[in-house]
Amino acid sequence: MIFSRHTLLVLPLAALVSGCGSSNDNPLISGSEYQYRVTITNLTTGQPFSPAAVVIHHSGWQALELGQPATVGLEKLAEGGDNSDFISAADADSDVLSTATGQGIIAPGATEELTVSVGLVNDHDLSLSWVSMPVNTNDGLAGVIDARLSGWDVGQSETFLAISYDAGTEANTESADTVPGPAASGLAEGFNPVRDDVRNAVYLHAGVVTGDDGLTTSTLGEVQRWDNPIASVRVERLQ
Amino acid sequence: MKRTILAVALAATPFLSQAAQFDVEITNPTRGIYFTPLLITAHPDNVALFETGSAASSELQAMAEGGDLSGLVSVLNAAGATTVEDPANGLLAPGASATTTLNTDNAAANTRLSIVAMLLPTNDGFLALNSLEIPTEPGTYTYDLNAYDAGTEANDEVRGSGTPGQPGMPVPPPLDPVLGNNGTGVASSAEGYVHIHRGNLGDTDLNGGSSDIVSTLHRWLNPVARVTVTVK
Repeated sequence: MIFSRHTLLVLPLAALVSGCGSSNDNPLISGSEYQYRVTITNLTTGQPFSPAAVVIHHSGWQALELGQPATVGLEKLAEGGDNSDFISAADADSDVLSTATGQGIIAPGATEELTVSVGLVNDHDLSLSWVSMPVNTNDGLAGVIDARLSGWDVGQSETFLAISYDAGTEANTESADTVPGPAASGLAEGFNPVRDDVRNAVYLHAGVVTGDDGLTTSTLGEVQRWDNPIASVRVERLQ
Repeated sequence: MKRTILAVALAATPFLSQAAQFDVEITNPTRGIYFTPLLITAHPDNVALFETGSAASSELQAMAEGGDLSGLVSVLNAAGATTVEDPANGLLAPGASATTTLNTDNAAANTRLSIVAMLLPTNDGFLALNSLEIPTEPGTYTYDLNAYDAGTEANDEVRGSGTPGQPGMPVPPPLDPVLGNNGTGVASSAEGYVHIHRGNLGDTDLNGGSSDIVSTLHRWLNPVARVTVTVK
């Protein structure tokens, strides 16, 4: 069940120099390997999560920004659960140090463990972000954004509680032809480039209304509702 | 106004050098909830705007039922607080943010930060940061705020009044075209104490039903606001 992929990034020379204090190591020495175990638990009853996207990054990169339009990579992840474009875009960013993707769906109540490694001179500006789609939504996201990892000792751990976001890219009709998860027909369209939500900006998810609560167009039932926190993410520094 | 003397164990605090100036940014990350004019205040630690589990003051009630800050501001001024009203110049729309700067150079006792505003559409819902100890180390700090219910008015979810003690919800212009009409009223009664808001019920009937709140637009899951404090 456990799958992990890690990327050791060759830092640009300029980044190494700027990230290095005057009395620090020679910037041409690549530093040491930092390794983290990330344990994601789905706290919902009816929202499987799409494969996890885990990113270790500097503060110059953000997985999402409240009030700003979603990137196309984030939109694809939020509308169809496909994290490949999101991960490629992150890998191409100079503020991203390492990315990892989960093996598959994280079922309600289930846990997935990933290991992420990164070569660093120091960890002065180091954060972790995770996003997955709760797949019985139109364009929902579950995420931990910018969890700080700086200054951790080996063996140190912390549990972060995730909340849910709405990518703001697709109307929340909850209809069978727009929700890609198993609560719907299975025939739904995932990603669609049209942006027709209340506004083209990421916001905090308001939850699903569902057919059990009077939304006649909804293919969802009360079991697909959730509350925050939607997931817990434990991060432990292994080395 | 309820005053709570906090048993603070920090013997060294009375003359501690505090963050004299800091920026506060409030973001509305909700799907469709508006914030009434915001109250941002740095105040002494023996003052609090409310206490969960206890009855709201009449000043808090006026803010939570109609967005009226005047009563709370009077109490805060009397306590020597450093207060900013309405940095957004009116309602803070979904997706918008507002920024202000507080300077406590001449008020070293104002070590606590509180922020409140009414949530629309609700009967007596409000967002709150309640007596946060203001950080003193330079840096940027982020806080997620929950929605509270003042417990002073029944959550009937129909159009009505923002006057304290009067039923129904105030409906300023941006909400008028999106709310329903002729709701018969959700069966409810004033709870009597400040607590975490259970959220809006709403319905999908724009002309009738029990609620004038729209379930597909005006629900939320906590948090309802994000605050960033930058200490220089």
